[in-house]
Amino acid sequence: MRTREKIMEYVFLLAAVISIVAVALICVFLFANGIPAMHKIGFADFLTGTDWKPGNDKYGIFPMILGSIYVTGGALVIGVPIGVLMSVFMARFCPAKLYKILKPVVNLLAGIPSIVYGFFGLIVLVPFIREHFDSNGQSILCAAILLGIMILPTIIGASEPTIRAVEQSYYEGALALGATHERSVFTVVVPAAKSGILAAIILGVGRALGETMAVMMVVGNQPRVPDSILQGVRTLTTNIVMEMGYATDLHREALIATGVVLFVFILIINLCFSAIKRSGKE
Amino acid sequence: MDKNMTPINKVSFQDKMRSYAKHPGSLILLILVILAAVITVVTLLFLVGYILISGVPYLKPSLFSIEYNSENVSMLPAIINTVEMVVIALVLSVPFGVGAAIYLVEYAKKGNKLVEVVRLTAETLTGIPSIIYGLFGMLFFNIALHWRYSMMSGAATLAIMVLPTIMRTTEEALLCVPDSFREGSFGLGAGKLRTIFKIVLPAAIPGILSGIILSIGRIVGETAALIYTAGTVTGVAGLMDSGRTLAIHMYVLSNEGLHKNEANATAVVLLLVVLLINGLSSLVAKRFEAVK
Repeated sequence: MRTREKIMEYVFLLAAVISIVAVALICVFLFANGIPAMHKIGFADFLTGTDWKPGNDKYGIFPMILGSIYVTGGALVIGVPIGVLMSVFMARFCPAKLYKILKPVVNLLAGIPSIVYGFFGLIVLVPFIREHFDSNGQSILCAAILLGIMILPTIIGASEPTIRAVEQSYYEGALALGATHERSVFTVVVPAAKSGILAAIILGVGRALGETMAVMMVVGNQPRVPDSILQGVRTLTTNIVMEMGYATDLHREALIATGVVLFVFILIINLCFSAIKRSGKE
Repeated sequence: MDKNMTPINKVSFQDKMRSYAKHPGSLILLILVILAAVITVVTLLFLVGYILISGVPYLKPSLFSIEYNSENVSMLPAIINTVEMVVIALVLSVPFGVGAAIYLVEYAKKGNKLVEVVRLTAETLTGIPSIIYGLFGMLFFNIALHWRYSMMSGAATLAIMVLPTIMRTTEEALLCVPDSFREGSFGLGAGKLRTIFKIVLPAAIPGILSGIILSIGRIVGETAALIYTAGTVTGVAGLMDSGRTLAIHMYVLSNEGLHKNEANATAVVLLLVVLLINGLSSLVAKRFEAVK
């Protein structure tokens, strides 16, 4: 009986260790397959080269890095104000009955698969931009709007509870000093929740940076340094999906190396997220 | 919850209007906040409405024929593959996820260093985008383990992807089981193992279930992690064959651009299935809250 107890404890321990093993395996396999390619191409040439021409053995992913940053930045410009204001509304403004409707609405937004978002972007946003702007539709602007919508539930889901969790006495104190409800919320409650809101925004950055399928369908995928938000670009994620199907040799390794760069970006963002969450707890 | 919603100082509508006239800044803030809520809700309604309206008219019986060909563009094989994918991925990940959570909650002592590392890695796994999982799955399962393009390597990839979700929800559910349950069981002479399997786990089942259903939703909607692991071959697939799930089917259709109407109809089915699954998950979670 005792031995069985002991054995099962180790079985559970083994299960717990799986996530460590998984992260280690992912790191090892990505880096082992990507770093040699970076070395062959040259780290500087790979990261800062502006030409991506696999046919001519030119592998510079600077346009893709820039593309990812532009698209993510655009998504934040759209998603952050709406997301944070919506969280404030849900936590401090809306009546309990309305909250019961809004919460599932946000959950629904979170549950829609990215391929469906992409399809929506393709049949609604792209034609809209083509008609109203001087653009062929598939552009940074389009991807930014779509991603802005997609990161909404991420931001709301993470920041709404932190705004709600702010001590009621802060709010009451502000009211007692004569501030209006709005002023109390925005000058006292929201600043008190700022580390949680920041963490939520970083979560949104991670989601936008890593999104692949939806972006691919609306961003145009031309590997170039754009000079207007109405032009198409290619992001790190779409670079991998676009070409992995037929790539061979160094081309293929360069795509894996692209994944490594994306992975490092994501790890940095994860670290920031954990650091902010931890500092918020203290 | 309610105390956050209702202002503590009751004011009449007229007083409020007078106050806003004196503090236009507050009025602007109020309008902005309401605007954000309206934008969010309208966006969702428009998105779901548009997909439904443009897709439902093209839902034809031929879309659900047993055999796929380029004539009928049937999605039934893809649906069957999706179910298969869900089952394998869950079989692979639920034991590990639940086991890990049991260790973290029931066995690990406070201040255990290992627990912190497990938490950190689980958090890392949550943040990794699906395309990275896809790349890893291709490099590890397809190439290193020689599984090639197969349902199995797709499912294994997804199993790692949903592992943190299952772990976290199970952990939360286990933490919600009151200690008096465990003490009562120990008091009656049951061992730790028996207490876990007969007392703690049954009490936590609804919470675990809601996490599993959430994972199903993610698996059904996943594309980027599957394109280069499970592949895009049409037709019902065996374990070691390449096969496309419904989400991939939808991606291929809209990418080819040949079957726009069928892509529309597939989007409807995919959207409804995923929304239904997510609704079910929150329903189960709510039941759990009520019982608790």
